[in-house]
Parts: sequence; structure tokens; C-alpha cells
Amino acid sequence: MIEVKGLVKTYGAKRAVDGVTFTVKRGDILGFLGPNGAGKSTTMKMITGFLRPDAGTATVDGVDVTADPVRVKQKLGYLPESAPAYPEMTVEEFLGFIAEVRGFRGAAKAAQVDRAVQLTHLAPVRKQTIETLSKGFKQRVGFAQALLHDPAALILDEPTDGLDPNQKNEVRSLIKNMSAEKAVILSTHILEEVDAICNRVIIISRGKVVADETPEQLRARKPGARLDEIFRSLTHGDI
Amino acid sequence: MRQITPIFKREFLGYFRSPVAYVFLIAFLVISVSLAFSRYGGFFRAGVAGLESYFTFYPWLFMFIVPAVGMRLWSEEKRSGTVELLFTLPVTTLEAVLGKFLAGWAFLALAVLLSFPMALTVGYLGDPDWGVIATTYLGAVLMAGAYLGVCALTSALTKNQVISFVLSLGVCAILLFLGFSSFTDTLEGALPMVVADALSNFSFITHFDAFTKGIIDPKDVIFFLSLMGFTLFLNVVALER
Repeated sequence: MIEVKGLVKTYGAKRAVDGVTFTVKRGDILGFLGPNGAGKSTTMKMITGFLRPDAGTATVDGVDVTADPVRVKQKLGYLPESAPAYPEMTVEEFLGFIAEVRGFRGAAKAAQVDRAVQLTHLAPVRKQTIETLSKGFKQRVGFAQALLHDPAALILDEPTDGLDPNQKNEVRSLIKNMSAEKAVILSTHILEEVDAICNRVIIISRGKVVADETPEQLRARKPGARLDEIFRSLTHGDI
Repeated sequence: MRQITPIFKREFLGYFRSPVAYVFLIAFLVISVSLAFSRYGGFFRAGVAGLESYFTFYPWLFMFIVPAVGMRLWSEEKRSGTVELLFTLPVTTLEAVLGKFLAGWAFLALAVLLSFPMALTVGYLGDPDWGVIATTYLGAVLMAGAYLGVCALTSALTKNQVISFVLSLGVCAILLFLGFSSFTDTLEGALPMVVADALSNFSFITHFDAFTKGIIDPKDVIFFLSLMGFTLFLNVVALER
């Protein structure tokens, strides 16, 4: 579903992403791990077409993102880090806007908004402006926006960052429930999250992939050790 | 191109979702009308049933007021991170640029048209030439678009609204002063006539003047439209960089 080959992005003298390659199939939930600044967000931004890669390709459902960014954006749902949204709009207005940009008009638009609101449990704040919402609700609005068109591939940048334990749990079950027919990439630096929902892990350090395996294989690297110890030994060069 | 509509709608209604629109519209109308009534405008003293004393301040007023509308167009999106949301939706940069620009332009056109009680006043007091009033309104709206093109461009260059405001004020001031008489006189003294003339051709005042006299010169229309086209093109370039 999502194929990434040799992605490179350079900022000045620093190689933020240095030849990242991986594929994600339908039904996969890929945990994208790495220290802050390792290149997780940059990689995701290149897959979504927000940043142009200096080298390498990313394809979604067979469409190359540099060749036809708009078609890739139609297929993807993307939750950017810290879930940006227009603060002066109400939840309903905001989701209505997303639906219109995604080509839904009239009754189809209302149906898509209703579905997204229901999936993310936003009904109680539907008529509230986004600036008045708590962090957890804002995050859910970001989710609703990403899910609205029922995309085949989802890219979530730190979806549980800053949420309380209950909200984290809820977001995780949400991701898990819809993962069956989707390809999901989620970045995180919370290791327990990997255990909780992911069936594959990629660890990236200083722009390079240092591990690409199942959570079980990752554990088997050092039997008996905790996940964060394994994580530290894999990324120790990255401070 | 059909994605322009939702972007336009969101941006245009966005002005009214915050107090910005109301503060702006009221300030604009109060300032513009009181300038006309002031002794510099001489709206009543002139004894002419026309709106020249009202519109004569427009190029000056726009220098401050249009950057206030344009500065948020892109700076705000960049600061709050929504630019990432917008450009990961299935829209092209051109669609986004056009949608936002047209929204700002429509808002400015609304502000200009809300001065209609002035036109009604001269209609009540005398027998104005409605043709001249119509061309003046057309000129004002076209000029607003040209100003806004400049401001949208500077707004795309920075995520800081203050920098965006000051930059666009500076550029608009240059485009304005190039045609201001005492300034062009100085230019003509310092530069060869041909160069000074060519420079003053880039001024808003020079091209707005004919409209206020009831003349729609294709040259002036093309000037405003091509300035819009050029700045919007640079706007797309600046965002895709």
C-alpha cells in the first residue's frame, strides 16, 4: 500500500532523512520509533507530499507522490503533529470544510461528517469552536479530519502525544478497530504503544532505519531486557 | 479548479468568525468617511455632487488597510501549522493561492461597496454623474486587488504577521509614492524624463486617477490585473519553494 524507497532530505549540512526504505501492507500497523529529531516527522511529511524529497520515491497505492501529489493526497489520511486546525471554526464547520475539499457535497458531505463525528465521539462538542476544546478533543478533531474520507492509508504523527492515559487508550482502540482494511503508519516515542497496537516496528536513528521487524523479534534481540533498553542500544549514537 | 470554492468560502467566512471583519469594516468606513468630511477632503465645501473628495484618499488608506487584511492570509497558516493540513489535502498550490486571494479581495470589495450611503447622499443632494461613480467603484475594487496581491505575497514569505504587515506596507508605499506629484517632481529632477515617467507608470495613483474621472482605460485595467497576476504567480513560487 505504502512503498518508500531511499528517501533523502537534507537541511543545510544535516541529513535529516538518509535513505529510508520500507513498505506497509494493508492491515499493517507500523510503529515508527526514534528519538526526537531522528527524522520521523520529516519522513512522514515526504510521504504525504508536504515536503519534496531530495532523492528517493514514496508511492501510495501505486501512485508516486512527486509525480501526482494530489492523487496521493486523495488516498491518504494524515494527522500532522499536534493536530493543527482552524481555531475559530466549530468542529462541524471544520469537518464540513475538509469534506468539501475532499469533494463531498450536499448529502454526501453531511453523511461523511456524521460518520467521522461518530467514530471519534465528537458529538458532544460538535457545535463548539475548536479553540475552546481540550487537548484530547482537539486531537480527536484531527483524527476525524484524517478519517473523514475513509482513506486506505493513514499516517499519524504522534497521535497520542499529550493525552491522558484514558484518552491514549481510546485513541489506540480506535486505530486498532479500523486497521483491518487499512495501512497505518504511526510515529511515537512511547514504547508501550508499540506493544499495545503495532504489528511491525521500525526504529530510525539519525535519519537511517536501524530496525525493521515485529515487536516479538525486537524483544528477541535481548531476551529479558525491557523495550527501552533495546531502544537505547539501537539508537545510542543519536543524542 | 473546483477546490477553490471551499477554500474561498472558509477564508471569506473566516473574517466574520472573529471580530476582525467587524472591527475592520467599521474602522475603514469611519476613517474614509471622516477624511472626506474633513477640511482636507472638503466633501461639502466643494459643492460638487460627486465622490471624488471621498475616493481621493483611497490609495493612501489602502496602503494601511489592505496589509491589515492581507497579512494573515499565509502568515497565520504558517504560524499555527494549518499550512501542513491545507497542503496535505488534495489541492494544488495554485488553487489554494487563488481561493485565499479571491476571499480577501471579495472582503475588500465588500468594504468598498459598503460606502454606498455616500453615493446615496450625493444622489439626494444633487445630480451626480452615476457613470463616473460606477467607474470609480470599479477602479477602487481593482486597486484593492492589486494591493492585496502584494500583501498576499509578503504574507507568504514569513510566519510572522508583524513582519508581513511592515513588508507589505513598505512595498505598497513604494508603489504609491512613485505617482505622488511632489515625489515624481523630485524623480524627474534626478533622473532622465523617460525613466521617471516609466517609474511613475508603476504607481497606484496614476492608474486609479483615470477611473475617478469616469474613464476606463484598458491600460489601467491591465496594469492592475497584471500586477495581481504577477504577485499571485510569485505567491505560488514562494509557497512551493
